[in-house]
Amino acid sequence: MTLKIYLRKHPGIWRGVLSVLTILLGWECYIQGKIWLGYPSQVPVPSAILARWADVIMEGSYWMSWYSSYSRVLAGFAIAMLLGIPFGLLLAVNRTSRALFFPVFEILRPIPPLAWVPASLIFWPTQEMSIIFVIFLGSFYAVVINVLGGAKNVDIRYLRAAQSMGANQWQLFRRVIFPATLPSIFTGAAVGMGITWEVVVAAEMIAVGGRVYGGGLGFFVWNSFVGGSIEQAVIGMLSIGIAGYTASSLLRYAGRRLMPWHTSQA
Amino acid sequence: MQDTKALLQLQAVSRCYQSAWAKDTIIENLSLDIAPNKMTVVIGPSGCGKSTLINLIAGFEKPDSGEILLEGKPVKGPSHERMVVFQESALMPWLNVYENIIFGPKLRKERSMAEIKAEAEALLEKVGLSVFAQQYPRQLSGGMQRRAELARALINSPQLMLMDEPFRGLDALSHELMQDFFLKLFEETRNTCLFVTSEVDEAILLADQLAILSNRPAQVRAVLDIDLPRPRTQEILNSPEAYAYKRQALELLYEEALKNFQREGKPDDFLEAYSQQEGRHS
Repeated sequence: MTLKIYLRKHPGIWRGVLSVLTILLGWECYIQGKIWLGYPSQVPVPSAILARWADVIMEGSYWMSWYSSYSRVLAGFAIAMLLGIPFGLLLAVNRTSRALFFPVFEILRPIPPLAWVPASLIFWPTQEMSIIFVIFLGSFYAVVINVLGGAKNVDIRYLRAAQSMGANQWQLFRRVIFPATLPSIFTGAAVGMGITWEVVVAAEMIAVGGRVYGGGLGFFVWNSFVGGSIEQAVIGMLSIGIAGYTASSLLRYAGRRLMPWHTSQA
Repeated sequence: MQDTKALLQLQAVSRCYQSAWAKDTIIENLSLDIAPNKMTVVIGPSGCGKSTLINLIAGFEKPDSGEILLEGKPVKGPSHERMVVFQESALMPWLNVYENIIFGPKLRKERSMAEIKAEAEALLEKVGLSVFAQQYPRQLSGGMQRRAELARALINSPQLMLMDEPFRGLDALSHELMQDFFLKLFEETRNTCLFVTSEVDEAILLADQLAILSNRPAQVRAVLDIDLPRPRTQEILNSPEAYAYKRQALELLYEEALKNFQREGKPDDFLEAYSQQEGRHS
């Protein structure tokens, strides 16, 4: 009863379910013929994938992959936020720091995180550290660029009003610049979080060899493919999608809770 | 010219912006006295430097020459003695109405929280926003935002209120209602006020003293004493006296606006900029 009312109030939920089901149905119908572009196809159908998935969720190694990938993503992401937010703010409010650090930052920024993998493997003592480092790099730039842009574009009238009312430098930062930048911090976090999932999978495929436990979802995909189970590889792909979606949803939820004044974005 | 009773004196104030190859003089030798407990309205053609004038008095910018004196003491930087009510609304979007209002007193910690709270509540009552205290600015209408901003300025008990076209951007009805509200508030408190506008009707309605600025570089072209009885309402604009003031003000403004128009049309200005650029290289 209450569920019915809830769904009526939030039409987005059943519309979302409908869109997922439609795609699965179209996929199923199209591939059932086993012919794709005039050739015999090996693409697995959703029904077979779901049947396999039911088995896979009983295996500990599958959940271990979730755990490994999620903990790497969160570790890299947390470090990127912890360093990126203060760094971006510093670049925005201090001209000397901007002159000193921004050129270095801009030279390093275009290097794709994956290009760092070899160097990272040599530099960090453990493989785990090097993967987390690559993930960190992926989101760090997005966080810094957004925080820097947001903090530089704070409406000068807010700063002037606060100045008139007697704010000192620290109060201007704490009471005006920081809250005014919060929406940009969340934008940076959302973009950064998206990149971490792209990076973790690739990093796991490249860096983690031969270990079933601790391989993560990226390794799960690659290992399944090499092992000849296409269904399981697709399960890995979909799992990554779901993992990324839950992570961004949590972030959006946190954003709404922390910034009730802010017009909610999609 | 020297009125010792003036609360604020602008003495031959000049301000220019220096860009790479041109010097743009916004205000030149502007002198004006602002009498205490009066409403001084400044009006001028658009882009004549009215906002720069506000920034100078508020202390956000420094004059290149001349002096700005508040009760005989030179103005040094921003202070809550001179509160600005900005164009559009400059309430902090992340604070609710109540938090916005107590922002200043809370920073300065001159009074106890209980005192601040009591005054904020009294002011909220006065501007008719008690019910909306916990709302965020974006949840309020334009008129409510302006009233909240007035309250935020008033709680700092400024000696001088600086109003920079504060009702711009409101729809016609809210605009008129805000004028009525602001008139009533001023006539009650007699808080000295410098009000900048580009609308003649608004200027006549509010002003005790009306300063008409020239085109750029801005100078005081004329000061009219608007001797209309208070309390005033919108009705007063229909009186023959108000109409006479309006004619007088419009004539002066028209002359200034015309200069702007003619000057903009001359290609010489254009070429002059290039010749200066040339001179810089040689």
